Amino acid sequence: MNTTIKPKHQRLVLLVVAVIAMIGATLLAIVALRDQASYFYLPSEIGAAETGRDIRLGGMVEHGSIVTQEDGITIHFIVGDGEARQPVSFTGIAPALFVEGSGVVAEGSMAADGTFMASNLLAKHDENYMPRELAELDTDEVRAQIEATLQ
Amino acid sequence: MIAEFGLVALWLAAALAGLQLLAGFLAARDGGSATAEGLALLVRPAAVVQALLCIASFLTLIYLFAVTDLSVKLVATSSHSDKPMIFKIAGAWGQHEGSMLLWVTVMAASGGLIALIERRLPERTMLATLAAQAFVGLGFYAFLLFSSNPFERLNPAPAEGAGLNPLLQDIGLAFHPPTLYFGYVGLSVAFSFVVGALLTRQVTPEFARVMRPWVLGAWIFLTIGITAGSYWAYYELGWGGWWFWDPVENASLMPWLAATALLHSASVLAARDALRAWTVMLGVVAFSMSMVGTFLVRSGILTSVHAFAVDPERGSFILALLTLYIGGALVLFALRANTVAEGERFSIMSREGALVINNVALSAILGIVLLGTLYPLLTEAFDVRVSVGPPYFNPVGAIFFLPMLAVLAVGPLLRWRKDSFARIKLPVAIVGAVFVAVLVLVLALADIGILPLLGLALSVAVAIASFQPMMGRSLRRLPLAVWGMVIAHFGVAVALFGMASDTAFQQERLVAANVGDVVEVGSWEARLDAVTPVSGPNWTAIEARMKLSYDGGAEREARPQARSFWSPPQETSEVALLTRWNGQLYVAIGNQAQDGRWQLRLWWKPFVTFIWYGGLLIALGGVLALIGRVATDVRRRVAAGKIAQRKAEEAS
Repeated sequence: MNTTIKPKHQRLVLLVVAVIAMIGATLLAIVALRDQASYFYLPSEIGAAETGRDIRLGGMVEHGSIVTQEDGITIHFIVGDGEARQPVSFTGIAPALFVEGSGVVAEGSMAADGTFMASNLLAKHDENYMPRELAELDTDEVRAQIEATLQ
Repeated sequence: MIAEFGLVALWLAAALAGLQLLAGFLAARDGGSATAEGLALLVRPAAVVQALLCIASFLTLIYLFAVTDLSVKLVATSSHSDKPMIFKIAGAWGQHEGSMLLWVTVMAASGGLIALIERRLPERTMLATLAAQAFVGLGFYAFLLFSSNPFERLNPAPAEGAGLNPLLQDIGLAFHPPTLYFGYVGLSVAFSFVVGALLTRQVTPEFARVMRPWVLGAWIFLTIGITAGSYWAYYELGWGGWWFWDPVENASLMPWLAATALLHSASVLAARDALRAWTVMLGVVAFSMSMVGTFLVRSGILTSVHAFAVDPERGSFILALLTLYIGGALVLFALRANTVAEGERFSIMSREGALVINNVALSAILGIVLLGTLYPLLTEAFDVRVSVGPPYFNPVGAIFFLPMLAVLAVGPLLRWRKDSFARIKLPVAIVGAVFVAVLVLVLALADIGILPLLGLALSVAVAIASFQPMMGRSLRRLPLAVWGMVIAHFGVAVALFGMASDTAFQQERLVAANVGDVVEVGSWEARLDAVTPVSGPNWTAIEARMKLSYDGGAEREARPQARSFWSPPQETSEVALLTRWNGQLYVAIGNQAQDGRWQLRLWWKPFVTFIWYGGLLIALGGVLALIGRVATDVRRRVAAGKIAQRKAEEAS
């Protein structure tokens, strides 16, 4: 027996190897995506979120709710969507345009005590950039509702 | 008048592209007939003149920006007379319209260049290639002229321009998008060669040799673009990270992965006449990925820290072009793939075998990145909003990336066609021993995650393995292309070492400090001396003055700033970086707390700089290989010229 495979077979073998690898990669990706994708919630929906899982929370920062803690680097504030109010705790440097009454998307997870522990804040940082979820919020009547409740 | 000149030049260039497409296609189809011969004569000049017209048009736009001609809409909306000159000029391609004009110009220039100098392929294949190049070009001309006209006038002209996004007013970023575009365009040239070769059934080693410099060039630009983009995000966004798996970053990574695979398979085709259909397929995929990349960036369809413009109409236009090109190429591939004859065979234990594994792994990683990038779009259709980040990309990508590195360590040692493991036992054993030794050492000394652990051990092993192909060979006679391979592979190891080291060992301090306070991070001591307001040409800032010393050594100064720009109004964080041979200290200043303390964020990042040194080494390897290939070609041409001359002399 010759160790080199017949030409016709070799092409087939290469094709099969490539197809198996690609299918494997795709299946792996789909399984991992279902596990690892971080879901986006509004404050009124966040009750459904699993504690400790990486998620994103979006809404409006309530007027008068930002409180800096003793350590000078942790802030507590409340994000609302007109229906529910969600307390958030964030340790770090907040983006400059993170102000009361503006939109924010916070990345983090829910703690057992019902506080959202944010690891990162994405605020609208210039005229053109806005997290996609918030861009939608704006077009929604939600925003008008929020402003009505907040004033 | 100047703006109109640019527009007219662009229209003429588009018309010439139309001519090039028709003449090239007809001449390639009916090769031999008298009309076809006549048409064929038009194709190369059309490509060259088209290139000159596009360059003239682009220079016109640069001139308009340099003099801040506010009667041109584009200048008025994205420039400002107060801006430093370099940013005025860079502003010409700092927004959508200008960057698309740059794209078209580079594409036309590449087409002109191959029309001028490329004579190695059969003329029919060249005609088909240039026709394909014109076909791709026409789509972009239509896009520019109908939906993104950079020369549109504004009446009346405003008194002052609106300014350029301050995040983009950075010298690195001014040259970042063009670098990526050069890469994308290089892949479009490779794509044209693929289409030409498929249409005329000329998938030969010569085709691979002609295409290779373009793939190599594109790959070098993409490598530099990704490296620079990563560094930009690192120091400009102020979050201390160097890769966010952001859609825009993925948009540059995906063509790079495809180009890397194509580069390796084209080498197999050029050297061994194997992997023909596979190389052609990768050529289509690589260009598709650069179109997908452009689509993702330009349409703003995905949320991104880099997304600066959202425009559904343009998105649809690019999507239509993407469907047309990719769909057309795939149909052509399906029709012609069975006419691409089987190439030379090889044993799995051979250089080709290793390169097949490299190709399959790269394709798998490409698929994983593509799925992760598009997944939020898919779920959006079901009204579920998700984002996908490092917890997905890192482990899933690593499943294919780490084994691929193991093959990278062994592959270059193997011979073409057929080899035996016994022959390379010793070098493989050395690399394996190094891998295990580093693994055990790190496990004993530090408690770090599995991925950084494997990354550290593999990076050291690959660094050693990358030089093994040079063993026992005369360094002076080693071809430049081999030097290129060695340096590029070493660069991969260096970059991986930086990534693993930063992930495993970085230390972070986040504090609120009074002036005079001392903050410690790693072996650093940082003292906050003062916080003062400062100003620049179009910004004001709060600046922290700090004195820092490493391990009790000499004091160094750092001045991180929080800047506010006024046209357009925006805030940015200018971090201070202190570089040592063994890493970088990263300092950012934040807001002031109510009690007057200042927020400071400090990171000590061991060997983080190796990430970008590695990227530059990879690009350098590409440059050496490119010079080597081109020099060989030039020598061959000179020799062929001499032989032709001698024959002519003998005949006379």
